[in-house]
Amino acid sequence: MKKITSHEELKELRKNVEAKIKSEPVRILVCAGTGCQASGSLKVWEKMCELAKDTEVQVEFAPEIAHGDNHPAVHKCGCLGFCAQGPLVRVEPAGVLYTKVKPEDCEEIFEITVKKNEIIHRLLYNMDGCEYINQDKIPFYLDQTRIVLKNCGNIDPESIDEAIASGTYEALAQALFTMTPDKVIQTVLDSKLRGRGGGGFIAGKKWQQVASQPEKIRYVVCNGDEGDPGAFMDCSVMEGDPHRMIEGMIIAAYAVGAQEGYIYVRAEYPLAVKRLNLAIQQATEYGLLGENILGSGFNFKLNINRGAGAFVCGEGSALTASIEGKRGMPRVKPPRTVEQGLFAKPTVLNNVETYANVPMIILAGSQWFRSIGTENSPGTKTFSLTGAVRNTGLIEVPFGITPREIIFKIGGGLRDGAKFKAVQIGGPSGGCLTEKQLDEPLDFDSVKKLGVIVGSGGLVVMDESTCMVEVARFFMEFTHRESCGKCVPCREGTLRMLEILERIVAGQGEMEDIERLRTLADLIIHTALCGLGKSAPLPVVSTLNSFLDEYIEHIQDKKCRAHVCQKLKQYIIEPTKCKSCSKCARGCPVQAISGAPKVPYVINQDKCIKCGACIEACPFKAIYVA
Amino acid sequence: MLDESFYKKADEILSHHSPQESSLIPIIHEIQEAYNYVPVDLLPYVAKHIGITETKAYSVASFYERFSFEPKGKFIIRVCDGTACHVRHSLPVLERLRSELGLSDKKHTTDDMLFTVETVSCLGACSLAPALMVNEHVHPAMTPDKATELIKGLREEAAKL
Repeated sequence: MKKITSHEELKELRKNVEAKIKSEPVRILVCAGTGCQASGSLKVWEKMCELAKDTEVQVEFAPEIAHGDNHPAVHKCGCLGFCAQGPLVRVEPAGVLYTKVKPEDCEEIFEITVKKNEIIHRLLYNMDGCEYINQDKIPFYLDQTRIVLKNCGNIDPESIDEAIASGTYEALAQALFTMTPDKVIQTVLDSKLRGRGGGGFIAGKKWQQVASQPEKIRYVVCNGDEGDPGAFMDCSVMEGDPHRMIEGMIIAAYAVGAQEGYIYVRAEYPLAVKRLNLAIQQATEYGLLGENILGSGFNFKLNINRGAGAFVCGEGSALTASIEGKRGMPRVKPPRTVEQGLFAKPTVLNNVETYANVPMIILAGSQWFRSIGTENSPGTKTFSLTGAVRNTGLIEVPFGITPREIIFKIGGGLRDGAKFKAVQIGGPSGGCLTEKQLDEPLDFDSVKKLGVIVGSGGLVVMDESTCMVEVARFFMEFTHRESCGKCVPCREGTLRMLEILERIVAGQGEMEDIERLRTLADLIIHTALCGLGKSAPLPVVSTLNSFLDEYIEHIQDKKCRAHVCQKLKQYIIEPTKCKSCSKCARGCPVQAISGAPKVPYVINQDKCIKCGACIEACPFKAIYVA
Repeated sequence: MLDESFYKKADEILSHHSPQESSLIPIIHEIQEAYNYVPVDLLPYVAKHIGITETKAYSVASFYERFSFEPKGKFIIRVCDGTACHVRHSLPVLERLRSELGLSDKKHTTDDMLFTVETVSCLGACSLAPALMVNEHVHPAMTPDKATELIKGLREEAAKL
């Protein structure tokens, strides 16, 4: 690969790759995000490649030669977002989207859609009897505004050429050659871009503060330690469009005068690590990273550090400590990260999505950015929509949209006709919104008034089969486990809260426990050292506020209306319905079910661990929960 | 005292990193990848090489959830217990795996060193909940029965090797 040494050369390369991509008569995109790969998309991709080879013209699949030359080209692409329907395959230029594609479907797709440009109806997405040929007509995509995810699913994330053809690195060139660092900061400041990692701090302000430090060695760090259980937005961006985020980081480095940067990624995201490594290698070979970037004289080196499974490392000072090779423990602030961050130098620390927003702001301007979203929360936000909703997946929406629109329009409502109960937002640091809060606008400030935070963007929809007390216990167990142990309120306080919650879900709670929980929550919120501790009680406070009746039911009536709390439920086999097929007994992991031919089976309640395997195993619906 | 081969491997890993404190975590990652666990006796060796104290190396290695001083099985099964997986019933899957393999929340690895079963906070495959990961491969939409099948398949795979 030849280094690109000027803006003109970059433009030239872009033109050439664009022309090559346009010359592809057919372009087959196979989603290769974590979700679709798990559903088997790589086998689909392999099969497609094989088929493409068997056409009259020979096709090679190395990224450099896969494009154009009048051959059909098969690409792996980043997350299309519609994970529940995976593996997804899109055939361009017609834009036909096929869902749940299996390797054995590939031949048909090739013969009918690729060669004859006709449609295979059984593979189309079908909702409520309506079938959808094109992705953008599907309700799941219709109400989204994809800016950060614009390239995700449209380009091959392992090819820098495709990224360049889509316009990546153009913003970097414009910043380097037409803007001073101050101008870049001013533009980001004017855009009112706020940190997408949870805090919502104005990104431009951080940059400005770092740039104004007397110390000249500075760092740019990306927080890709997306630890919130139930969130995978950053994972998808790193996997699906790594170059955009890297470009954002280089622009930040130029703006604040940093020469070295770090990306801190969860080790649980091996695909993201692999693609980022590849992207950095490609960008370095092209001269977009390293010495004298694009011939501008600006130098920037980028490193990748893998996390090691500590949620607290999402906190700024813990994250930088971890990169330094220390235990990931937060420290008392001030000094803040912008003054003394990584290696005690001024550090810009933003998350993946924040950096991924930067190139578009440089290209299209702060005015454009502010035209999307709300006045004080401009732009879009990615969310991972999961749980009891029909269309789970990765979405991007403008701030100001209501949770109702997200859940019922994009998400298609609840699955299996279930009734909506709550939506958990902000992960273990957030809380839940109930039916009557669904029409409030979703932005940084509005949700704060409801006692929750936007957080990094996990949205877990819950139906009537979810017990809110159990959910509170689940989050408390999580934060307690992840507490680093440095400060007492978090280390001990979360344990005490967890003990109380465990008591309540086991049917041994007292009415005084509710007050105890509130007191402890208040204490921890006001005295814990870092964000993890300060926000740890929020899921409990939020459920206490919205679902106090469920707590009281657990305590006074020893009842869990969702039939979730194991100690409060009994699995019972209805003798009149039992056909003695023994399926439940074979499905029971602890051999708690016994019986004989022609005699109804019985569950030994002392042995039963209440896992529910028997209910799923029973073909006659003879088992119920009381 | 570990076998000489461990130190050889450590030397090889150390040669890829500059001898400084910030190399510690990447080095431990690579050691764990080589052996599926971190042989604790290697830590003083690593510490000396990169110029930190033994206690410091130990305090870091023991802090992070991902690093294990216990040898792990050939197949490391990480059952996701993130929010999305939790509300979509990941626990029965975990229970089934443990009962199939005779494991518990205390005992994570089978005696034949074939399987390790752990939980993990989130795999990022939330739309396909409940999910689990075998080594680096994600398995979506698990059920207890699929877990049984999975173990069967992995056993067959191991027998072939």
